[in-house]
Amino acid sequence: MKSGLAQLGYTALDWLAELGRSVLFLLRIIAALPMLGRKPRLLVEQVYSVGVLSLVIVVVSGLFVGMVLALSGYRALVQFGASNALGTSVALVVIRELGPVVTGLLFAGRAGSAVAAEIGLMKATDQLSGMEMMAVDPLRRVVAPRFVAGIIALPLLTAIFSVMAIGAGGGYFVGVTLLGVDASAYWHGIQSSVGIGDIIDMFIKAGTFGAIVTWVAVFEGYYAAPTSEGVSRATTNTVVIASLAILGANLILTAMLFSGG
Amino acid sequence: MTQRADIHDSHSPLVEVRDLNFSIAGRPIYRGVNLDIERGKVTAIMGPSGSGKTTLLRLIGGQWRASQGQVLFDGEDVARQSQRRLFDIRKRMGMLFQSGALLSDLSVFDNVAFPLREHTDLPGELVRDIVLMKLQAVGLRNARDLYPAELSGGMARRVALARSIALDPDMVMYDEPFSGQDPISMGVLLRLIRQLNDALGLTSIVVSHDVNETLGIADYVYVIADSEIVDHGTPDELRQSDSEWVDQFLHARADGPVPFHYPGQSYRDDLLTSAR
Repeated sequence: MKSGLAQLGYTALDWLAELGRSVLFLLRIIAALPMLGRKPRLLVEQVYSVGVLSLVIVVVSGLFVGMVLALSGYRALVQFGASNALGTSVALVVIRELGPVVTGLLFAGRAGSAVAAEIGLMKATDQLSGMEMMAVDPLRRVVAPRFVAGIIALPLLTAIFSVMAIGAGGGYFVGVTLLGVDASAYWHGIQSSVGIGDIIDMFIKAGTFGAIVTWVAVFEGYYAAPTSEGVSRATTNTVVIASLAILGANLILTAMLFSGG
Repeated sequence: MTQRADIHDSHSPLVEVRDLNFSIAGRPIYRGVNLDIERGKVTAIMGPSGSGKTTLLRLIGGQWRASQGQVLFDGEDVARQSQRRLFDIRKRMGMLFQSGALLSDLSVFDNVAFPLREHTDLPGELVRDIVLMKLQAVGLRNARDLYPAELSGGMARRVALARSIALDPDMVMYDEPFSGQDPISMGVLLRLIRQLNDALGLTSIVVSHDVNETLGIADYVYVIADSEIVDHGTPDELRQSDSEWVDQFLHARADGPVPFHYPGQSYRDDLLTSAR
């Protein structure tokens, strides 16, 4: 019993130490950000790498999520004769919750794992040490551009996901084209229920999730053991930790942002 | 950048290691090591695998810090510099990693141009000319459009060598440059290390356990074993050494101060234990 408690204590201490190390790492990244202004090309390359290359999975997922929401929403609403409110229900669910969260989870799986693996492999093959010995700070050259790229890319991907889910190929296709909901009622419902505040809140959530995913990914990659097993663990940890952090942060942000509405 | 270097005596060693103590995870790697790397010379650091040869290069480069003692580069203690000053010092060092450490997403040309683009504002045409000259020196000018994944091990090290001299450093450190090389690649690397050292007025540190090859190009040799310098001298002096360590190492004897059997319980006791 005592050893079990002691083990629990050691685990908690290790976890706290890791958290502290990751916060210090984040501060070092933030300190390296001003240097990014001198080489904007690095940032553009990373936005392409984590953003543009994630488009396919985000677009396809957006379409399917929108279609499923319209299907299940219609079944519930039609019982109350409120099928014309389908646009409202799909839009609010997507913009307030599912858009940022699902895109964040997809981003963690697609881009977060790739960033962690790339940096971990750079470490394992001495590329980071090589940069240090060439008097180039890997935090500035490798880590900072990837961190900022996530904060830029995820809100844009979330907007694309939401448009796909709500629009012509997703919710609209199932609700209006297949189930016969009135098209003007669908669009009017969205127009009257979704305010600019909802859109801003969606971008705040998505930007926060983007920072969380890339922070976890660059930290796990940078401190990965320089072995194949270490890189594998870093990618797995990135997906697991970032996904859980997104869900936890979403709860907090929802409570903060939408408590008045 | 060179002000303090100018003040320091140009006849003194470029690198001075003084009473160096260093441990990793409680295991001592160095105990009171002293050595000098003379300017303009090729100095070899030799010793069995696991004796901490690569560690010494990382300590000289300031990537790791000694628990006690000093590593002086041109009179400056590398462990006690700010990051900015340390990076200024590193611009005067080139390092050839065992793996090459080429940036895998850049071509050969861009790898060699990397330090020039990071640290200078030279126009693109001049960068191109410098890169081509460095690649010409290692015989790979026409491989400039290849990527690291398309290079053989020997070619990758030659590209890494071209990159390490891109900024015209004072010193180049070679970490196991010959391991895993075929005889032709090894011959090319041997010739390059010696020629570049002499032609460019470099100071070279070669960490290796390839005895004959390294003794063939070195001006001075330190042999490290058991966390200490067990002997040092010119290659000829080492060949005459009466040190058991040096004898075992130079003549590739299977047993000696470095035991064939990993230390632990005796064979007899082990068998008797299992019989019971």
